[in-house]
Amino acid sequence: MKTEKSTCACQKDTDESTLLKRLDVVIKEYREKSGALIPVLQIAQGLFGYLPEVALKRISLGLDKSYSEVAGVVGFYSFFSTVPRGRNLVRVCLGTACYVRGGKQVLEAIKKHLGIDVGQTTPDKLFSLEVARCFGACGLAPAITVNDDVHQRVKSAKVHEIINSYRTVSRAKAARQKREKT
Amino acid sequence: MSNPMEQLMKRRESAETRLRREKFNAKVRITVGSATCENAAGAPDVFKQVEELIKRHGLKDVTLSRVGCTGRCDMEPVVTIFSQRTTPVKYITMTPEKVEKVFDSHVLKGIPVKDLAMPNEGVQDTDFTEEKLWADARLTDRFSSVFGDVHFFGKQMRMTLRNCGVIDPEDMDEYLMVRGYQAAVKVLTEMTPNDVVNTVTKSGLRGRGGGGFSTGVKWNFALAQKNEEKYIVCNADEGDPGAFMDRSTIEGDPHTVIEGMIIGGYAIGARVGYVYIRAEYPLAIKRLEIAIAAARQAGFLGTKIFGTEWDFDIEIRLGAGAFVCGEETALIRSIEGERGMPRPRPPYPAASGLWGKPTVINNVETFANIPVVILDGPEWFSSIGTAKSKGTKVFALAGKVCNTGLVEVPMGTTLREVVYGVGGGIRDGKAFKAVQTGGPAGGCLPESYLDTPVDYESLTAAGSMMGSGGMIVIDEESCMVDVARFFLDFTQDESCGKCTPCREGTKRMLEILQRITSGRGVEGDIEKLLRLGDTIKRTSLCGLGQASPNPVISTIKHFRDEYEAHIREKRCPAGVCAGLLTFSIIPEKCIGCGACKRKCPVPCIAGKPKEVHEIDQARCIKCGQCFEACKFDAVKRS
Repeated sequence: MKTEKSTCACQKDTDESTLLKRLDVVIKEYREKSGALIPVLQIAQGLFGYLPEVALKRISLGLDKSYSEVAGVVGFYSFFSTVPRGRNLVRVCLGTACYVRGGKQVLEAIKKHLGIDVGQTTPDKLFSLEVARCFGACGLAPAITVNDDVHQRVKSAKVHEIINSYRTVSRAKAARQKREKT
Repeated sequence: MSNPMEQLMKRRESAETRLRREKFNAKVRITVGSATCENAAGAPDVFKQVEELIKRHGLKDVTLSRVGCTGRCDMEPVVTIFSQRTTPVKYITMTPEKVEKVFDSHVLKGIPVKDLAMPNEGVQDTDFTEEKLWADARLTDRFSSVFGDVHFFGKQMRMTLRNCGVIDPEDMDEYLMVRGYQAAVKVLTEMTPNDVVNTVTKSGLRGRGGGGFSTGVKWNFALAQKNEEKYIVCNADEGDPGAFMDRSTIEGDPHTVIEGMIIGGYAIGARVGYVYIRAEYPLAIKRLEIAIAAARQAGFLGTKIFGTEWDFDIEIRLGAGAFVCGEETALIRSIEGERGMPRPRPPYPAASGLWGKPTVINNVETFANIPVVILDGPEWFSSIGTAKSKGTKVFALAGKVCNTGLVEVPMGTTLREVVYGVGGGIRDGKAFKAVQTGGPAGGCLPESYLDTPVDYESLTAAGSMMGSGGMIVIDEESCMVDVARFFLDFTQDESCGKCTPCREGTKRMLEILQRITSGRGVEGDIEKLLRLGDTIKRTSLCGLGQASPNPVISTIKHFRDEYEAHIREKRCPAGVCAGLLTFSIIPEKCIGCGACKRKCPVPCIAGKPKEVHEIDQARCIKCGQCFEACKFDAVKRS
């Protein structure tokens, strides 16, 4: 099966109808397979960056499942999100090893720095914050991930440096895209 | 058609020719660790740097490859240099700068850089050859000859992790060199399903996912089912916080898991296998995909595998972030595309599992042991371990211990040997407080239990459990009530909500713990926790609920005084519970150096240089960094 990354935190700059067409192809490919719902949802989240209602409706019709069943599955798994995420997804590990080595303090510092709570996105849509239960990087505790990069032995006094490095990259990228458009 | 074993051996020969040409006959062979944790520690930059250096110097007889994790998490990234007839040298905590230095000296001039290498105490193998690495010896014997790090590896026995850090996980030929797929071919050509089941039963291998159920008995049960369609599932939904051995096994040696599944599939009569793996493990997924593709291309998966009449293929399914899916009936629901909710057993999955068909679910580590059992024999396998627990167990040793990482020890090794022997004792000279095994389902054991041998029964009797193998060492700086609250917070959040004791009970227990840690505990809270815990244990539907009170019950049993200090004296002895703490600056001692102000992440410390500083209590997050930063003991924690 395809394992398109669904952790992608950026909303791709492709319009919705193109994405829905791509989703239709995926649905068609998986329609006959048993247990297709979760893989399809994972791919859909990879396409859209989150799971908008229109995509869920398309999936429910395409796989011949009731909308409530699809929504139930989406709500059950923490991996799925029905709200748009920021360009960068910050996940703080609160697994046991990270916890005993100061993961909680790191989380507090990031919350203060970004001014948002867990599960929220900054008003400028640059960062979303989540907590995770162990990336399996326990030897490097405390760990955080930003998008797919793992940062090890994070110190709460240094989180602003990590966050700001992504802020700079994202701003530069946004500026470049704006220039290209005009 | 020639005999499948001959074909495999022929393939191995051509693999050897290829590897000798491309990798092993080189004057110098360099390997860079490349598991998730090593990558986080900077391995990709180190790899690039070595690549660049080889190119820059135009060296033709130096080769570079990636290997899996050796388990020395605190020393990563690790770069190993093999040169003919000398013990390989492992360089630790490498950076692009350091590796350049190593390259200049060791690779170009042949002089190892001692101060950057892993301290090698004890016996050294002075007559190392590549042949030793690939000898047809017992699968587990290979390790120490490659890794001279005797004081860490010498106390271990690498069975599950026998190839991790030795072979390139993305190159199937290297797996073939370490007797890869020989067990599968042996099973398919020389043994009946019954023979396989009997062999596994005889070996005494028990499920490594935590349950500890006999693998052979489980397989036998599925074999006995009359059904055309059966399934075999590898549970790689390693959800326990603090456990990462399954990730490392797949990242370091994916083919061994595939081989184990082929054997299991044949034994029970399943032609389709699923690997249910966490989406949080992108590298493990990638390596598994590469391995499956390579195996398919070689005819080891698909139709008529290895040239026999047997068909078997594997599909990967990604988890979607639900801890409860590690429970087998919930996992089945999840593969079926439903909400991952457990159901009552019986019927057991071996009778009615995936899509109502007989299904065997085993853990990654269990599958990785299967080739060892087949090739080295059940008698040898069962000679290791204790009377009831055979073989070895991998532990993810983490927390406040010197050597964090993956360790694999024979069953029956004591906790003390793991923590102090292999683990090297407590970090920063702090005092040991507890060791937590079994993840959110296990318990915390104090100093007096350190001589408990690690096996299924002993750990359970001590009030903890084997679990999947997370082992977190806790020192005096952690508050046990807070640790219990942490685990309850986890299980409460991950409770699927199907049965009331788990859904409501864990919530109530968590509320009581939150009350205690924030200084609002009342007399009788401890008794309430114990009563609730007992009820949840006895009435929950699945393992998650039944085990969820364990961290609380075990900490009350062993650290009741800490609970009482929180409740009666409103005091957190370890100084962790933020609700019971305040940080303030003692004016007489403060010289106004500003060290605390610079460290404060919020920042909430005000004060001009050389004047007394002050902490704004309303904004203070009680992180304690000012307390650690002050060299004049002017920050008071109370």
